[in-house]
Amino acid sequence: MSETARPKGGVDLQRRDMPTQDAAARVHNFEEVALGYTVELAMAEARRCLDCKRPNCVTGCPVSVNIPGFIRELAAGNLEGARAAIRETNLLPAVCGRVCPQEHQCEALCNLNKRGASVAIGRLERFVADWCALHEVVGAQTAPAEPVAASGKSVGIVGSGPAGLACASDLLKQGHAVTIYEALDEPGGVLIYGIPEFRLPKDIVRREIGEIRRMGAQIICDFLVGRTATLAELREEHDALFIATGAGLPWFLDIPGEDLVGVMSANEYLTRVNLLRAYDKRANTPVPKPRRVAVIGAGNVAMDAARTAKRLGAREVSIVYRRSRAEAPARHEELEHAEEEGIRFQFLTQPVEYLGNDEGRLTALRCRRMELGEPDERGRPRPVEVADSEFDIPVDLAILAIGQSPNPMIKDTTPEIEVSRRGTLVVEPETLATNLPGVFAGGDAVTGQATVILAMGAGRTAAAGIAAWLSQAT
Amino acid sequence: MYRIVERRQLVPDTHLLVVEAPHVARKVQAGQFIILRPHDEGERIPLSVADWDRDAGTVTSVFLEAGASTMQLAKLQPGDTLPTYMGPLGTVAEVERVGTVVCCGGCYGIGALLPIVRAHKEAGNEVICILEAHSSWLLYWVDRHREVADQVHVVTSDGSAGDKGLSFDILQQRFDAGQPIDAIHAIGCTFMMERNSLAALAKQTPIRITLNPVMVDGTGMCGGCRCVVNGERKFACVDGPEFDGREVDWTALVERRKSYRAQEIASLQQYESRGFLGSSAAVETLGERDE
Repeated sequence: MSETARPKGGVDLQRRDMPTQDAAARVHNFEEVALGYTVELAMAEARRCLDCKRPNCVTGCPVSVNIPGFIRELAAGNLEGARAAIRETNLLPAVCGRVCPQEHQCEALCNLNKRGASVAIGRLERFVADWCALHEVVGAQTAPAEPVAASGKSVGIVGSGPAGLACASDLLKQGHAVTIYEALDEPGGVLIYGIPEFRLPKDIVRREIGEIRRMGAQIICDFLVGRTATLAELREEHDALFIATGAGLPWFLDIPGEDLVGVMSANEYLTRVNLLRAYDKRANTPVPKPRRVAVIGAGNVAMDAARTAKRLGAREVSIVYRRSRAEAPARHEELEHAEEEGIRFQFLTQPVEYLGNDEGRLTALRCRRMELGEPDERGRPRPVEVADSEFDIPVDLAILAIGQSPNPMIKDTTPEIEVSRRGTLVVEPETLATNLPGVFAGGDAVTGQATVILAMGAGRTAAAGIAAWLSQAT
Repeated sequence: MYRIVERRQLVPDTHLLVVEAPHVARKVQAGQFIILRPHDEGERIPLSVADWDRDAGTVTSVFLEAGASTMQLAKLQPGDTLPTYMGPLGTVAEVERVGTVVCCGGCYGIGALLPIVRAHKEAGNEVICILEAHSSWLLYWVDRHREVADQVHVVTSDGSAGDKGLSFDILQQRFDAGQPIDAIHAIGCTFMMERNSLAALAKQTPIRITLNPVMVDGTGMCGGCRCVVNGERKFACVDGPEFDGREVDWTALVERRKSYRAQEIASLQQYESRGFLGSSAAVETLGERDE
């Protein structure tokens, strides 16, 4: 760690690979696939950063992490300083370093891209967070020099996923009391129930949530807002509310046979495995153990479901997607990892019917071949059916990962709140205020299904909006 | 953690469970349910609410030992704690002043029916209860229903208590005799609710039934509890659990309830042979056998 010289003259264009568990071994376990940089690799990668005067990478980050700042500290061997620089704006670095789509955000704007490969910002963020956790660097460095005086105001946050946690952190730093209400038995939202252990170990999520608890957040689990208490009742308890209930209502294809046994949402499958630890031999959560699985969709959730099925012992796992690989919404790394693990890809394939036996069990997925046509309103080529191209894929389990809309619980139990036709909550873009005074909303509940980091960005925007509202309200 | 105040067997395999859960007791109404876990490694179990005490902050359920998880629950004692107790969940029972209401309960549903009977009385209805069981020794809470309802009919399949038959038979007799029935409520096994719904359909009488499908989170997130009502997809956990029995697609429902049966049996075998925890090993063996 002593050789800290920054590149002089020549630029290092060689991006350091991150070690991963061998594909043949990892399909039999739930341990993390990516192993993280060693100190040597991290220092070498950090020294590639040009420390640009105008760092474009920061503008690509939804929470504006001081990227050159933390990499500068890292390259100088000051890991604690690097961690502090990240945590100024991002309280979940170990999570973001793992699940953010950096290739579309910070890394996409790295100036090194013009000449070679970008700095591996996400891997460095992850390294800093993991190293500090391993060496028990907590709290002290990040606590404000002088404790902020309590404001006497309290904010209720509905949902403990990325948006709720980010909002909580910013409000706590300003001296507001924060209570987070979580419907499930463990906080973390999609970080706990959705993203599998092999991609985001739950101990890492627990560790980062533990820091928010240490900052003073009170987290109440088993509390479903709308039923355990209405939004109006909570509003009376708190000076302001932030709704961060995510996008939890799974979409189905609405094709014949969808109610057969063996057709389930990725939410159900992943929740059984992750939250209810069906992968753990000690837990007695029933989860189907099929031989042949088809996962419909090609986003990150689809990759998670397919790779989980493989680890639970399925012999053949196929991803069925109506467009081509180029349009698949999953992160590149997830697609590659899935391919390495032997997941089969049926691109340009659209399911049209689920076929079952006389016991009502799924036996096959009837599909049609597609070809790419004119671009749709989002610019993606529209899939068009190829005539007479029907074929059947024999499967015992079909998992739907085609997207989800916001959970309708708040909307259904709070008739006065304004929602769009898509069921998303309507907010002012600057402050994320809803039409109800003192009630703010953000994350997937407002945007529809998006990413962890965008939700965290929304949480921070809402925290600013809430702070402004609290200073006006007497 | 939520403390168990009382857990005792009412009749063989059917237990009473009273839990200290003020957040649920404060708000719960007739027709709603809760989700609990018996221990840290246990699965989420949905249970109908059979009673509550808002002042004491306690909630009562009646549950049937049906698989490994409910068997574990049945082993817990007063003073033990549950790691998860979430609720109240689901919609509130639809109760209006309509005149004469017939309330049918069977199995665990005899308990879950009580708050609905009470709500109908409070709404000013005449309430006729029909409580069904296989045999006299499986009947419970008959007195508690008698305290509230205007009439209580007991039916047993073997005729060892009350009339011989099913709740369906008493319902049909009332229909045939032209006695007034303005609305029906039924809670119990799927077969009972289906049969009574078909009888109600034939007489164009509204019937509310309470579904108990496979469920994971109970917040509308997983879609495991989806059912078809009036040709539309509904999630029993948030759109129900109570629906108009005349509109439910019973065939699809019965199939879906079977979806985890093989694994439940395996889990049960594991539980019985090796004790408290663990099922995956047995499930894996089962998977191999499937080939």
